[in-house]
Amino acid sequence: MSPLVSFRQVSARIGQKDILHNLSFDVEAGETLVLLGRSGSGKTTALKMVNGLLLPSAGDVLIEGTATPAWDLIRLRRRIGYVIQDAGLFPHFTVAANVGLVPRLEGWPPRDIDARVQQLLTQVGLPPAQFATRYPRELSGGQRQRVGVARALAADPPLLLLDEPFGALDPVTRVELQQQFLDLRQGLNKTALLVTHDVREALLLGTRIGVLHHGRMVFLGGRAEFLKARDQEVQAFHACLAENWRETI
Amino acid sequence: MSLDLGREILDLTLEHLFLVMLSMAIAAALAIPAGILLTRRTFLQRWVLGFANIVQTVPSLAVFGFLIPLPFLGGIGKHTAIIALVLYALLPILRNTLTGILHVDPAVRESAIAMGMTGRQLLWEVELPLATRTILAGLRIATVTTIGTATIAAVIGGGGLGVFIFRGLASVDTTLLLAGAVPAALMALAADRGLEWIEHKLSPV
Ligand SMILES: Nc1ncnc2c1ncn2[C@@H]1O[C@H](COP(=O)(O)OP(=O)(O)OP(=O)(O)O)[C@@H](O)[C@H]1O
Ligand SMILES: [Mg+2]
Repeated sequence: MSPLVSFRQVSARIGQKDILHNLSFDVEAGETLVLLGRSGSGKTTALKMVNGLLLPSAGDVLIEGTATPAWDLIRLRRRIGYVIQDAGLFPHFTVAANVGLVPRLEGWPPRDIDARVQQLLTQVGLPPAQFATRYPRELSGGQRQRVGVARALAADPPLLLLDEPFGALDPVTRVELQQQFLDLRQGLNKTALLVTHDVREALLLGTRIGVLHHGRMVFLGGRAEFLKARDQEVQAFHACLAENWRETI
Repeated sequence: MSLDLGREILDLTLEHLFLVMLSMAIAAALAIPAGILLTRRTFLQRWVLGFANIVQTVPSLAVFGFLIPLPFLGGIGKHTAIIALVLYALLPILRNTLTGILHVDPAVRESAIAMGMTGRQLLWEVELPLATRTILAGLRIATVTTIGTATIAAVIGGGGLGVFIFRGLASVDTTLLLAGAVPAALMALAADRGLEWIEHKLSPV
């Protein structure tokens, strides 16, 4: 079986600028590949190539073996849950309408959409009675982010793209949601591509970790390999790990 | 004020209202779809806006004058007046439709595409609702202007409150001037307030 997502020597160019260089990796069904990298390293750009928001300037991005330009992109996007960095909610939709969007586009009966929205809002810790009818501007940053997570999960997509999904959360809620993410993955056999610049989150959630640096993948491997890797950029992340520990102790 | 004058004020006010509403309906039906199309045709934007701008700069009296000798479109009467008023109302509606849609937050637009909206869904569910307020503001500006400009329509037999104004000018009769100007001003004020209220009611954010 071909991997769910496969990057083959992918380069990305926006305008005159090369953002990604010769990126190659696979995401197998059921795994969570974490893309770790500093700000501006190209993580968001890489995610946008998966659902065809950006197309490669060279190489191929294959989803279930088919290159993105050959996909019906509307269909592809509705089968990929996308948690957008900074949430990207629709300002003129209520929380419930935001979460229920893809099911509605997919023509679910309204009752099923309602039930699904209630269930998801409860799951991400936003009691529907209190939050369903609010607008995004009436939420805190962390609450918006949780709505973004719920929206991505709504149509139960087999593949999830998560762009710093837990970034704006307080540490307690973050750990809760990270734990929920682990449970969810175990229970539902989801495949995920998760972007973060937090090395501890990468180690906690990733079955494998890919490190991006200036648009190149300088490391790809499991946790143990990551901790042993000699690459300079990876070592820079090791260093923050040590810093973090010192703080905690 | 005689009973006859009162009666005539009412008639001409209604006629004025009819001129304005019909012109606005036609202008909106042309300019809003055109504005939407223009958001998808970047290269045309300058040309169309440029043309609409030029029309706007021609004094309205001259536009009425130019239209009279034209076959079909021109001549003396209501239809010529309406064509001129439509030409005038196009620009503010067109421009506001265009800017309203182009100013939708690119992140929100991208988010809609990422969720798998089709082009049509993006337009109807995201772009138009978020541009509603700006489009309505364009309609409001155009309506208020048209109420004023429509008084000139009387020159070419368009009728409306301008009839009083021109008769008053000809006979140096202040009462007649006021009989035309006051209802027109009140109408403009009411349209401004009314449409502003609708703008607030309909604005989604
Ligand atoms: N639309 C664009 N036009 C030009 N350059 C862009 C565009 N989008 C991104 N870039 C550039 O591409 C590079 C990678 O951006 P990207 O958003 O992928 O980074 P990132 O790793 O997600 O960063 P962050 O952690 O800050 O979100 C950056 O240098 C950025 O300036
Ligand atoms: Mg990013």
